[in-house]
Amino acid sequence: MNHLPLIIKREYLAKVKNKSFILMTFLSPLILVGLLSLVAYLTSVNNEKVRTIAVLDEAGFLNEALVSTDQMIYENLTDISLEEAKKLSNENNSYGLLHVPHLPIDEVSSQIKFYSKESPSLTLISNLESKIEKRLGELKLKKLGVDLSKIKAAKTNVDINQEDYQGVKTSKTVSFLKLIFGGAAGYLLFMFIIIYGNLIMRSVIEEKTSRIIEVIISSVKPMQLMLGKIFGTSLAGITQFAIWIVLIGVLSVVSSYIFGVDISATPQQELMSGAVADVNTNAELQAIISEFHSLPLLNLVVAFILFFAGGYLLYSSLYAAIGAAVDNETDTQQFLMPIVMLLVVGFYVGFFTSLEDPHGTISKVFSYIPFTSPIVMLIRIPFGVPIWEQALSFAILIFTFVITVWIAAKIYRVGILMYGKKPSYKELIKWLKY
Amino acid sequence: MSTLLEATNISKNFGEFKALSDVSIQVPKHSIFGLLGPNGAGKTTLIRIINQITMPDVGHVILDGEPLKPEHVQYIGYLPEERGLYKSMKVGEQALYLAQLKGLSYRQAKQRLNHWFEKFEISHWWDKKIEELSKGMAQKIQFIVTVLHQPKLLIFDEPFSGFDPINANLIKDEILQLRDEGATVIFSTHRMESVEELCDHIALIHQSKKILDGNLIDIKRKHKTNTFEVGLSSSNLSDLEKQISARFDISPADFRSLEDDLKLKINLKASETPNDLLTFLNANAYINHFVEVIPNANDIFIQTVKNNSL
Repeated sequence: MNHLPLIIKREYLAKVKNKSFILMTFLSPLILVGLLSLVAYLTSVNNEKVRTIAVLDEAGFLNEALVSTDQMIYENLTDISLEEAKKLSNENNSYGLLHVPHLPIDEVSSQIKFYSKESPSLTLISNLESKIEKRLGELKLKKLGVDLSKIKAAKTNVDINQEDYQGVKTSKTVSFLKLIFGGAAGYLLFMFIIIYGNLIMRSVIEEKTSRIIEVIISSVKPMQLMLGKIFGTSLAGITQFAIWIVLIGVLSVVSSYIFGVDISATPQQELMSGAVADVNTNAELQAIISEFHSLPLLNLVVAFILFFAGGYLLYSSLYAAIGAAVDNETDTQQFLMPIVMLLVVGFYVGFFTSLEDPHGTISKVFSYIPFTSPIVMLIRIPFGVPIWEQALSFAILIFTFVITVWIAAKIYRVGILMYGKKPSYKELIKWLKY
Repeated sequence: MSTLLEATNISKNFGEFKALSDVSIQVPKHSIFGLLGPNGAGKTTLIRIINQITMPDVGHVILDGEPLKPEHVQYIGYLPEERGLYKSMKVGEQALYLAQLKGLSYRQAKQRLNHWFEKFEISHWWDKKIEELSKGMAQKIQFIVTVLHQPKLLIFDEPFSGFDPINANLIKDEILQLRDEGATVIFSTHRMESVEELCDHIALIHQSKKILDGNLIDIKRKHKTNTFEVGLSSSNLSDLEKQISARFDISPADFRSLEDDLKLKINLKASETPNDLLTFLNANAYINHFVEVIPNANDIFIQTVKNNSL
């Protein structure tokens, strides 16, 4: 008899109706968006503060190099001594005092000082440094008799246009997009395996500790129960993920509307937009759009679904076997370690080797090893992996999955009826022969 | 009487450990079959083999004339010794789920569950979670789930553990009624009182081997020692005792009686009959009590296990 649908339904409902699952589903996006909004809000508050910096430029080098902005006011002090300036700026509650002593231009660079009540922010100092460096550099060039306007005219901005032999254009920005794309896919799989693998493991342990397992397997084959559990939990996971995505989307919009805070202004996003910041010209933007369209989208989607499913199923059968082998969650650590290690290795190797060279030897090898291939492959595919390589890697993955399920089912079959002592790896191997 | 279940030459090893060696049992239809043995003898392994949870290394099982196959699970109802239910699932949902796993349709399951819940007067538990029920209450649910699909073969592993005497009695009556309605019951236990009350046939398993089996009455007949318990009154009890001991093999007996009697167990030789004893006693004393000592299952159990351990 095929009870798989019945088991899947029960496992799904048991997860979905669980109070902590429901709480997690609705609370996590709330917390996430809340935190992001808070960070964005605080950052913007921080930026809105107006700082005044007193400048005592005794040599008069800086002149128009320091231009006041909305957030930064430079106050030029003239005709007072350093001591007076310090006192004054302290009394005026200035953020700090920049002092350029009266020295020849070749010696002044190491003698510039910044006085402040508290240690100043790093970005502010480096900002000042770069401005002064530029100014002093220009002054020195002038002194050497170089025409600044010529230097400006000679300045060139090189942007190498990339194109493969088939004539498909690409660019640095697009490579970056691809990395984001692949990295996100890999990371999603990584998280999915860890969260829902654990859920599967816990539900197997629950059946053992509540001792219902023997009743169930007198009605259905352990293999069916295991698969039902994996599928049911996965469906619950997909449901949760879908709700998360929708909720995060809605909440972001709502929160940016209410607080007037743009969540995309968080530090990570800034980092990203920094990388995309080169995209100034319209032409380049268009290149990106066309590039995006020329990404093997169909291939991406199909590969994502296949490798995601394959990788997840492979790992979840291992999680199920671990759950069957032990009696309680504290005993799972020694078996979980290798799994998590594999996942972490898969993710980081995939990410960093693709960053360096998506078609290098290491990332190629790892995209064939079944335990790392789903993640590494997902990261590599946006950079273009021949279909036959994908197919081969997928075939290896499926082959390993079948073997793993077989082994896991054996361990599961014996393990679910074993209580008491925590088994060793040696004993697990012995179980395979029962 | 025809046989419902026949297990032949079953052996099962777990690594070095022998769980069952060459065990055969025949369970007659419409009987209650007691599977007895000390803890760790191999009872549960045999039961798991019948339930197709474990596969035997050697031997085969025939159910109702056919070799055991996966479809047979719906003809078997199994109440394991290690039992439990999903703690956070509602009673009704859970019972429906388990019943459907045994092949009942949703509607059939619902109908029969209503019947049983009314019978046990527990309809108001339907929407409760198992964790809200006491252990005994959960056991009742478990019993209902076991018998709900009206299996031909019911297997109970220590069914009374966890029940208070009242509910144990309730379950016992249900088991007898199920037998009378045509079910066959395999009943595993090491508690002998329940064996006396319920079992028609028994098999005794000890250290992975079957050391005794058959009809309980036949076994008792085989194990009786031609011993009689008597209560006698006479004007001089010590003289009487001497008189009897001169002729018969006696030992003191202990039973309740209204009179201040001489209480003895008298062991007859194979050549002697109870009538010989009665004639002798009749001539010498007033007989208040005369009963044959029939070995109870407990005695047979202990004695057989001891003999086989040597």
